[in-house]
Amino acid sequence: MAEDSETKKVFDAEAAGSLMKELRGTYASGKTRSYEWRVAQLKNVMKIVDDHEKDILDAIRADLSKPEQESYIAEISIVKSSCTRALGELNRWMKPEKVKTSITTFPSSAEIVSEPLGVVLIIGAWNFPLLLALDPAIGAIAAGNAVVLKPSELCPATSSLIAKLVGKYLDSSCIKVVEGSVAETSALLEQKWDKIFFTGSGRVGRIVMAAAAKHLTPVALELGGKCPVVVDSDINLPVAVRRIAGGKWASNNGQACIAPDYIITTKDFAPKLIDALKHELEAWYGKDPLESKDLAHIVNSNHFARLVKLLDDDKVSGKIIHGGQRDKANLKFAPTILLDVPEDSLVMNDEIFGPLLPILTVDKLEDSFDMITSRGKPLAAYLFTNNKKLKEKFVKTVSAGGLVINDTVLHFAEKTLPFGGVGESGIGSYHGKFSYEAFSHRKSVLYRGFAGDASARYPPYSDRKLKLLKALLSGSVVGVILALIGWS
Amino acid sequence: MTGSGVNGMISMEGGRVEESIGELRRTFRSGKTRSAAWRKAQLKALLQLIRDNEDKIFEALKHDLGKNPVESYRDELGVVEKSVKYSLSHVDEWMAPKKSSMPLIFFPARGQVLPEPLGLVLIFSSWNFPISLALDPVIGAISAGNSVVLKPSEQAPACSSFLANTIPLYLDSKAIKVIEGGAEISQQLLQQKWDKIFFTGSPSVARIVMSAAVKHLTPVTVELGGKCPTIFDYLSSPSDTEVAVKRVVGGKWGPCNGQACIGVDYVLVEEKFAFHLIEMLKKTIKKFYGENPKQLKDISRIVNKHHFQRLRNLLEEPLVAASIVHGGLIDEEKLFIEPTILLDPPLDAEIMTEEIFGPLLPIITLKNIEESIEFINSRPKPLALYAFTKDEAFKRRILSETSSGSVTFNDIMIQFLCDTLPFGGVGQSGFGRYHGKYSFDTFSHEKAVLQRTFFLELEPRFPPWNDFKLKFIRLAYRFDYLGLILLLLGLKR
Repeated sequence: MAEDSETKKVFDAEAAGSLMKELRGTYASGKTRSYEWRVAQLKNVMKIVDDHEKDILDAIRADLSKPEQESYIAEISIVKSSCTRALGELNRWMKPEKVKTSITTFPSSAEIVSEPLGVVLIIGAWNFPLLLALDPAIGAIAAGNAVVLKPSELCPATSSLIAKLVGKYLDSSCIKVVEGSVAETSALLEQKWDKIFFTGSGRVGRIVMAAAAKHLTPVALELGGKCPVVVDSDINLPVAVRRIAGGKWASNNGQACIAPDYIITTKDFAPKLIDALKHELEAWYGKDPLESKDLAHIVNSNHFARLVKLLDDDKVSGKIIHGGQRDKANLKFAPTILLDVPEDSLVMNDEIFGPLLPILTVDKLEDSFDMITSRGKPLAAYLFTNNKKLKEKFVKTVSAGGLVINDTVLHFAEKTLPFGGVGESGIGSYHGKFSYEAFSHRKSVLYRGFAGDASARYPPYSDRKLKLLKALLSGSVVGVILALIGWS
Repeated sequence: MTGSGVNGMISMEGGRVEESIGELRRTFRSGKTRSAAWRKAQLKALLQLIRDNEDKIFEALKHDLGKNPVESYRDELGVVEKSVKYSLSHVDEWMAPKKSSMPLIFFPARGQVLPEPLGLVLIFSSWNFPISLALDPVIGAISAGNSVVLKPSEQAPACSSFLANTIPLYLDSKAIKVIEGGAEISQQLLQQKWDKIFFTGSPSVARIVMSAAVKHLTPVTVELGGKCPTIFDYLSSPSDTEVAVKRVVGGKWGPCNGQACIGVDYVLVEEKFAFHLIEMLKKTIKKFYGENPKQLKDISRIVNKHHFQRLRNLLEEPLVAASIVHGGLIDEEKLFIEPTILLDPPLDAEIMTEEIFGPLLPIITLKNIEESIEFINSRPKPLALYAFTKDEAFKRRILSETSSGSVTFNDIMIQFLCDTLPFGGVGQSGFGRYHGKYSFDTFSHEKAVLQRTFFLELEPRFPPWNDFKLKFIRLAYRFDYLGLILLLLGLKR
């Protein structure tokens, strides 16, 4: 069979099998376990982002037309700060954790030792194509695993750049990139991984989990949901509006898992809020947002059509109070605000993942909390208020991956907080130490000596042995002494 | 024993399962299970349940598995009592939000992690420790403030009945229910929407459970098993050796007669010590179980005919039968298999490729005890790994070069009693963990909460973009506060 240099070799089940075999061999050699190896790889991840910042920004712009500053803030900086944190903390994370033991196992000492899970698969998403591939990888590498990265095929320039740079800078016997779409991902999913980390939609998340179930592979699924923003009236409106608009339209034009999806506010306050939003939008994107260079595009024509469908819905088309302009050829979509769309409209049922912002008005804000919780737990929920009681009620009753009071999306950058969903918004969490733990097995270790062997444990059994065991298991020192005295 | 239908099982129609679950959801939504007071009241009631019904529980365990009261107390009641008391004294602390420190750039901000219940949880327990493996996870689910359905194993029918009949008398039956039945009921339960499923049992059923969980993206914890190896290094002190052998015998045939996920599956020993070890094992077996172990005096029986036949088949492979050096007596009627030792059965025989889960103990000899590491690594990761050794360097090698749910040096099974150690598997032995605080965590969602004020806004976060803002952001991400100040003062290029 003649080798055609133009046809790329197909990554099929066989290729996935031999990839897995190779990685298992490398992992078994112990190469990824040493502190030195992990540090060297992390330093090289840092180098990738430092030395190739321009290439990365260019690739992301080619794929998503994202403004450079957005890519810098949301993707490059966060990858850099994750590396820095991992490098600074790795020693501490790798140390065994000593734990107390009780009289029940006396004399003994115990500790918890962290070890890598083995060979892990990370599937990235298209909206933050560099970040959502490299950030989890940083955790996997820090934890000492062998890694396969599958970047999103919807961002071909970034995917191919990641493949090239990872191949050049990282240890390719242990860290590999597989590019491709459904066929390649399916081939990968048939293999037996020690962990699969997936970022993306609930629909594909289910496919991943079903494949994992066949091998009883643990998964982390970072999904999404409809992230609500509840806005009270007694607030600093200009600041609040900037933060809401920033979280919505300055984050990939609404195509982000933690972007505000919809707003809930009181009937009385809505007009003020809408005015302030319109004002801010014009300041940021000008009178004709489609001309602005600061607004990211819609990723592809499928998603563009999806958003158009949400707007063209009969129930909704009359409720547009701002925006609605779009440019199909260039995949541009203006920030659009809708007022009081019906709760059963499409735009209120699916995660929007775009620049449409429905505003729902209610009489009392507390009433909206039920509405939020009935929709499936989102990845994030936001509240703007100065009212302490309202804050407390919100924190207590609204279940979501994470909550932010008086801001949006910022918790993503705070590495001491676990980032992940619950219910429909996902399983597992990461960031900072949580990334390390997501890719580790925490092994319990108990050390015993030969002294102090309680014969009460062994047959032949008797009532006296039963008494002593009761005392031992209850952890009562006095009980144990009494039983022992009674024993002799 | 209880006379409520064939084999003491109550079967439920689909409609009734949905009804029960609807009630549990309503209870959870009402917020009732969230208060510390409710949780503690349930835990106290559970403690009372154990104390009031000790004899009934002993009877049920004797009926289902032939367990002696000492074994039942040591492995089941005592464990549950200890877990309840530990949870009672820690639940307030576990429920409290955990503060995290915020970097200055976020000032002023407060970050915390708030644990909250997942909601409605389903717990499947197994037949070998039908009381503790049912109630231990329930304790975790209750401490975390959830509504619970417990589906006990139908292969331990007396214990299942006991739980179904007694739990409603002590615990809040609007929030905690026991649903009995076999595969059919399990299937019906798995069709419902759960916020968490906790499963203890075999990998084949675990796959069914996890596949069903996909529909609602339900997180699961699966506690499986595996072939738990015991490395037996040479111990120079005869009294240490004696203790070690007692612990191996006690750890193999003590807990449910080998039918335990963390029981000793096989032993690895150097060739030159094998004979001595086997002699000591024989002596100790005689000491513990007497001359006639068929009387089943202090040893459990095999749970049922299906498992009896499975174990008999393991022994019947010709080369395996030839390797028996002690025991081998079986009695189908009494579901009795004598404590049996085998010396170097073929490594490709089923007895060495499948989890034994019974009273058969293969002794595998090696030229050098260090070879045990490679032996173990070429097999699936077990739930527990045991090593009897005083060689500190060897201990370190075992720890860093093998992987298992847990490792215990110089004893067997006792790690199960330590509430500060997470209990769970890795690889084929499962994922997720519990015991102590880990039980609370496994049934909780740790919700991140970030609180900001309106004071001190960082303009550079927002468009329209320009060079100044980009510079600002670069410095901010590096927490380069001096740089930021210089930039703001116009002194930085």
